[in-house]
Amino acid sequence: MRGEPRGGARRRTGLRMAAERKTKLSKNLLRMKFMQRGLDSETKKQLEEEEKKIISEEHWYLDLPELKEKESFIIEEQSFLLCEDLLYGRMSFRGFNPEVEKLMLQMNAKNKAEEVEDETVELDVSDEEMARRYETLVGTIGKKFAKKRDRANYEEDENGDIKPIKAKKMFLKPQD
Amino acid sequence: MAEPAAHAAESFAGCRARAARTVLDQVVLPGEELLLPEQEDGEGPGGAGERPLRLNAGARPRVRVVCGPGLRRCGDRLLVTKCGRLRHKEAGGGGGSGVYWVDSQQKRYVPVKGDHVIGIVTAKSGDIFKVDVGGSEPASLSYLAFEGATKRNRPNVQIGDLIYGQFVVANKDMEPEMVCIDSCGRANGMGVIGQDGLLFKVTLGLVRKLLAPNCEILQEVGKLYPLEIVFGMNGRIWVKAKTIQQTLILANVLEACEHMTADQRKQIFSRLAES
Repeated sequence: MRGEPRGGARRRTGLRMAAERKTKLSKNLLRMKFMQRGLDSETKKQLEEEEKKIISEEHWYLDLPELKEKESFIIEEQSFLLCEDLLYGRMSFRGFNPEVEKLMLQMNAKNKAEEVEDETVELDVSDEEMARRYETLVGTIGKKFAKKRDRANYEEDENGDIKPIKAKKMFLKPQD
Repeated sequence: MAEPAAHAAESFAGCRARAARTVLDQVVLPGEELLLPEQEDGEGPGGAGERPLRLNAGARPRVRVVCGPGLRRCGDRLLVTKCGRLRHKEAGGGGGSGVYWVDSQQKRYVPVKGDHVIGIVTAKSGDIFKVDVGGSEPASLSYLAFEGATKRNRPNVQIGDLIYGQFVVANKDMEPEMVCIDSCGRANGMGVIGQDGLLFKVTLGLVRKLLAPNCEILQEVGKLYPLEIVFGMNGRIWVKAKTIQQTLILANVLEACEHMTADQRKQIFSRLAES
């Protein structure tokens, strides 16, 4: 008689404890992927909010006043080279050191490089001379590329120049 | 270092900043503030009345200005740090209102990036040479920074040799570093300067004067004897002629011509040409 209710009470408390235990699943556990399925939307939202809070709290930034970046139009330059057009520092006179003399011309001409360039582009062979020379070559090179059969068509004239004889191919009217 | 300079300028010359244009070729003093042509209107005490009205009074035109040795930028202001004459050069390539600098007289050399200098090798330590260039600190020179040098093929540089080289690193916080090749890896006359010859020191101003294009002194000197000469921007000059006597004469002439008038120089050169 006495034992029964006691036993019932015990069972009930046992159930209650189980329910309490169920709600007391730790947050870290609930956040795990396999636990997400069984969660209801409310707890899900709560968890998300908490996570956001943690992230924003942990997010750190530099506590500095905003930098005023001003573009300056003054440039500092501590070299005299830019200010005064100084010559190259190695020099040689009257052929004491020919190497340096050559170098001197080269280095000091850098400032006037543009002017000098125009002069150096002077042609070694004029265009006319070039044309005259290649005129005579037309035959020689033409012969090289001609077929053996056609080679007979090239014959040397009195100057020794080789010129192609143009055998004009014409339509020959057949005789009847 | 910029802070005290700024304060000094404010207390000393803050109220009487002069327009750079009006003091060209005049003496300026350290601490003085200069106004660039773009800043003159409104700010300049004398400039306001004379200058015609501008349409875009509010927006300041952005013209790039280079401030050379002897000047320092402090925010938007231009301060003088050396005593000397203010010089100006128009910009070559258009755009920008040119270069301002102070032509000062000084003997102490401060390494500047890009300068060609004559140094003396004082120590060999591992893979670098220590080179005395006359600055506050010896410059370092890597043994690889010579033309044709490799890890196996070391350049033949001994302690006491003279080196003609160029600064690649030179600022107030770091040890200056020299090289003896240009960006293409060629020597272009840099490296160890040959045997014999005479090295002497002159003021930095004299070196610049001698290296100026169309310098009369150098043209005259070149006519005297066959000679070789090397100028370092650190105030060192190395000369070599056929005989010791000629070398000494040249060194003395070059040293002396700093404070001579053109007539005096002419006299000396004519006298030397006779003998």
